[in-house]
Amino acid sequence: MTTDFLPGLARPEIFLACAGLFLLMVGAFGGENKVRTLSWLAIAALVIAALLNVVPAEGRATAFAGMLVVDGYAAFAKTLCFLATAAAILMGIEFNEREGFARVEYPVLMVFAALGMSIMVGANDLITLYMGLELQSLSLYVLAAIRRDSIRATEAGLKYFVLGALSSGLLLYGASLIYGFAGTTNFDVLAASMIDQAGATPIGVTFGIVFVSAALAFKVSAAPFHMWTPDVYEGAPTPVTAFFAAAPKMAAIALLARVMVGPFGPLVHDWQQIVVFLAIASMAIGSFAAIAQTNIKRLMAYSSIGHVGYALVGLASGDEAGVLGVLVYMAIYLAMNLAAFAAILCMKRDGRMVETISDLAGLARTQPVLAAALGIAMFSMAGIPPLAGFFGKMYVFLAAVSAGLYALAVIGVLASVVSAFYYLRIVKVMYFDAPAAGFDRRLETGPAVVLAAGSAITLLFFVWPAPLVSAAGAAAASLFAG
Amino acid sequence: MEITLGHYLTVAAILFTLGIFGIFLNRKNVIVILMSVELMLLAVNVNLVAFSTHLGDLVGQVFALLILTVAAAEAAIGLAILVVYFRNRGTIAVEDINMMKG
Repeated sequence: MTTDFLPGLARPEIFLACAGLFLLMVGAFGGENKVRTLSWLAIAALVIAALLNVVPAEGRATAFAGMLVVDGYAAFAKTLCFLATAAAILMGIEFNEREGFARVEYPVLMVFAALGMSIMVGANDLITLYMGLELQSLSLYVLAAIRRDSIRATEAGLKYFVLGALSSGLLLYGASLIYGFAGTTNFDVLAASMIDQAGATPIGVTFGIVFVSAALAFKVSAAPFHMWTPDVYEGAPTPVTAFFAAAPKMAAIALLARVMVGPFGPLVHDWQQIVVFLAIASMAIGSFAAIAQTNIKRLMAYSSIGHVGYALVGLASGDEAGVLGVLVYMAIYLAMNLAAFAAILCMKRDGRMVETISDLAGLARTQPVLAAALGIAMFSMAGIPPLAGFFGKMYVFLAAVSAGLYALAVIGVLASVVSAFYYLRIVKVMYFDAPAAGFDRRLETGPAVVLAAGSAITLLFFVWPAPLVSAAGAAAASLFAG
Repeated sequence: MEITLGHYLTVAAILFTLGIFGIFLNRKNVIVILMSVELMLLAVNVNLVAFSTHLGDLVGQVFALLILTVAAAEAAIGLAILVVYFRNRGTIAVEDINMMKG
């Protein structure tokens, strides 16, 4: 392991920071008529940043005196976060113009949020973890409320802010306890000291882990810390919701896995119960609470809580197969979730958004392609083979079984049966209900591209799963090699 | 009586708990919630600085300084969101933040 002040390892972060500042300047001096250019520049910046990701030859290296780590795991998570952010910007361009809030801040904040995510997943110190998390969260609070004239959007922003600030407080309190009782904030040193004290962890460190995992559970919206999710997802503008459900969730899960497996890996038997509890609660809430929803964005919020539960099943096993499962699951989740939100963005009548599930009635007859794409996403989320969602669930459940967590795997399968009810209800509404007035015919470019890409990945994953699975395998291996 | 690490930690724990209760029990005003958030962060700073002197390690104080700056940014964003919310709704009473039921 080399320690190097040279930030060549942090190329994506440095590039994104500079790109974000540059875009901010363009926005500040160019005015509101530059929004479209700025959005495309932001997408280009994110794609370039994804390409700049490096995996050092020795597998793992730290930069900035051990504050930031670069390994296959970070590179994998960063690539997914950047691409998901770019997709969210792409989906929003025309929507924001149509709804009258196309602001220069939108792409700029997305870039800064992506920078925060990339620092989060590369954190190798409690301080870096906090700074990355806050950079991401502060950008997200503003994004939720970016539609300043909407009561619902500003209420979503306010709720998100209050609960997000609470979770930051919990995280910091936990971090301060860990620092005080373990004497360091660095993950590598923490891991070493946890091994030394095996069996006699200071009580303060245990409390600290509880606080930190509760705070990160807030950020990934795992039950019972999910209260903000439905309101924020419903109130925020749809492209912002699509973004919230994708990239930040990926980053927070990746961060949670890194913290649990890295510095606290030797304490796996202490935190395993917490993660198992979070997983069961999230799967149950995600399955049962979604049944009664009528608003499709709210339904997607509960669905995302459920998906976090399944991803946590993989983390609960605490081994390499489990982390592999988490990464594969989240990658597939990003594809099918972005596709579903792209379809939701196409739900507009006479230029206005409609959001209730009954508006989808008979979509198969008015717009068969859109209905088929949304149907694919729903079948995949329900975990029906041979769609991608099935394989995501298979990897996490197999990891849980091989780690001896039989009860957790059985509960997971049962929860996914329950959740199939509301996913299939949407398919039923689209294909068998009497048609409502059709949606506007013209598909916008952004959602159409994301919808096509997401559906293609979901549909064809089983034909050629090797690239994703082997990349996730290498990433998981690099997390355990450190 | 000599003031030890335990005293600092107790004060910080009390302040932190007060902050959490301020968020959940307060039914009147969102500004009070913002103050409670600040209280939680400051309690953490007390903790960090106390640990830092106790351990003879500067990292805790650096962490505390970073938290102070981020807390300032957080408060600014919180107040800004509160202002746009007030413009739309005309009230910032906690019980009126109920357009969506969660």
